[in-house]
Amino acid sequence: MTPQEIFDALTEKFGSDSIVALNSETIDPWIEVAAESIADVCSFLKTEDKYKFEMLANLTGVDYLETDPKLAKKFPYEPHLEVVYHLLSISLKHRVTLKVVLPRWKDNEEGKLPEVPSVAGVWGIADWHEREAFDLVGINFLGHPNPLRILCPDDWEGHPLRKDYEFPLEYHGVRAK
Amino acid sequence: MATQLEDQRIIEFDVRTDEMLINMGPQHPSTHGVLRLLLRTDGEVVYEVTPHIGYLHRCAEKIGENLAGAQWVPYTDRMDYLAGMNMNLGMSLAFEKLVGLEVPEKAMNVRLIIAELGRIASHLVGMGAYGLDLGSFSPFLYAFREREIVLDLFEEACGARLTYSYLTIGGATHDLPGMIEIPPGLASLTGRDPKMKLLWTDAVLMFIEWLEDRIKEYHILLTRNAIFINRTAGLGAMSAEMATDYGCTGPVLRGSGVDYDLRRDGEEIYTRMYEGYDFNVISAPFEGESGIPRQVVLGDNWCRFFVRMLEIVESIKLLRQGIEKYPHTEGEHRVPFKMNTKLPVDEVYLETECPRGQMGFYLVGDGQAEPLRARAKSSCFCNLSVTGPLCEGVLLADVPSIVGSLDIVMGEIDR
Repeated sequence: MTPQEIFDALTEKFGSDSIVALNSETIDPWIEVAAESIADVCSFLKTEDKYKFEMLANLTGVDYLETDPKLAKKFPYEPHLEVVYHLLSISLKHRVTLKVVLPRWKDNEEGKLPEVPSVAGVWGIADWHEREAFDLVGINFLGHPNPLRILCPDDWEGHPLRKDYEFPLEYHGVRAK
Repeated sequence: MATQLEDQRIIEFDVRTDEMLINMGPQHPSTHGVLRLLLRTDGEVVYEVTPHIGYLHRCAEKIGENLAGAQWVPYTDRMDYLAGMNMNLGMSLAFEKLVGLEVPEKAMNVRLIIAELGRIASHLVGMGAYGLDLGSFSPFLYAFREREIVLDLFEEACGARLTYSYLTIGGATHDLPGMIEIPPGLASLTGRDPKMKLLWTDAVLMFIEWLEDRIKEYHILLTRNAIFINRTAGLGAMSAEMATDYGCTGPVLRGSGVDYDLRRDGEEIYTRMYEGYDFNVISAPFEGESGIPRQVVLGDNWCRFFVRMLEIVESIKLLRQGIEKYPHTEGEHRVPFKMNTKLPVDEVYLETECPRGQMGFYLVGDGQAEPLRARAKSSCFCNLSVTGPLCEGVLLADVPSIVGSLDIVMGEIDR
């Protein structure tokens, strides 16, 4: 299955409002999915016999922001967040990449985390991957069964893989920087 | 509740078993260093297991975003510290895919030899440490003795025993060594003269020949051992659906009967290394293998262990072919890759078959030498996540058996 075929089938099923774009110029082509329909699309791709993406190989968030003002002029992207889903079909031996593009902050209000529906109901492993993405990149996964931090302590402030994250000077009285 | 019998003996008919929360680890030996398991138990029975991770968290991804590719290689050594070479390889291949670099035939051959030696060393530790989890010390001692020789051979090749940074972007930092003095461990175990000089590749051949005989011993010590079978067979059985649902990879996935190995089914940039080599992908239910205990259930602890044991034999097979090919390969061991090479505005995801499973690297380039995002998706992270569902309703003493069978390395999980 080529990404083009998957994209066409998905557009037919979910409409072009949900399946936003296909980027086939890149080394690994990816399909952009609207945030609200990601769980349905994933569930469809997992269960349909033609695709059978039984495994979520990777889920991660990326913060597209350049904090250095000199480099920011040459920065090729508009500041935004992306959630990337790498799906793998073991029985049919093919892969596809899905993406959800989110604003850096919900309603452009700093401190409010952007939201995307959880796919933990589709794949068991998404539970942990989403917790990691929440912990490190700062994305809220709606409907996640256990939305806790996973690598950082529970009372840690901020999301370390955000580009504008500032490391705390101390943590519980321990000098950290 | 105690009842008084006629002869004044007090017999407790009813032992009160309150629900208890027990912390296992992080320093418990069978929790592999820094894993804390929170167990909800009722008497001897465990009802819920919640793994808590993050005690090692060394921010490898954040550091990767601030370093050029070649500078990040040493950090990958420290992720899976028992298979540093395989991690170097996975990361290098991801960068090569991003910048479109092709490595020469010789570099691929060197990489194959080194990666398979790394796999043997890692599986040996996996086997030995699993024996230790179940309370038998000798396999641990023997496995470390064997692994020591692999480390000696790696030391000859790159000067380091654990943090190699040997396989790097574009190939390997050096060619394989020529004449070396026989490693002391190998000399004493095979009864050779310690002053003997030989080719590095011949030393590897000598080692694998000797190791092949030893594997029979491990089968007597562990695989066919009645105590070992009782503590592993039929326990922690995981179906193929569950394994794929929880993203389990490597021997954990193949132990559940899924025939999938990236060395054969992976992306072309990685499988090219293994082209023309003859090897089998091991997966349960082990066709053609004799002497499988009748208590064994598909996907249980014993199966996962046995996959690793058989994979050592396949790696030996690959090593023999690789070394035979080595003198006839062409090209250099490395193509130059400058540290300040600007990465293209693009992104790649590449998975390789590490000893513990499919290790993925996701890189986003933004025109700078440092990647915008350097994500390492670890195989043990997914393998460990299955602990909770697997440990429901088992006995307390079986929890180390299940956790150990997943062969986790915390450095890779916490990155």
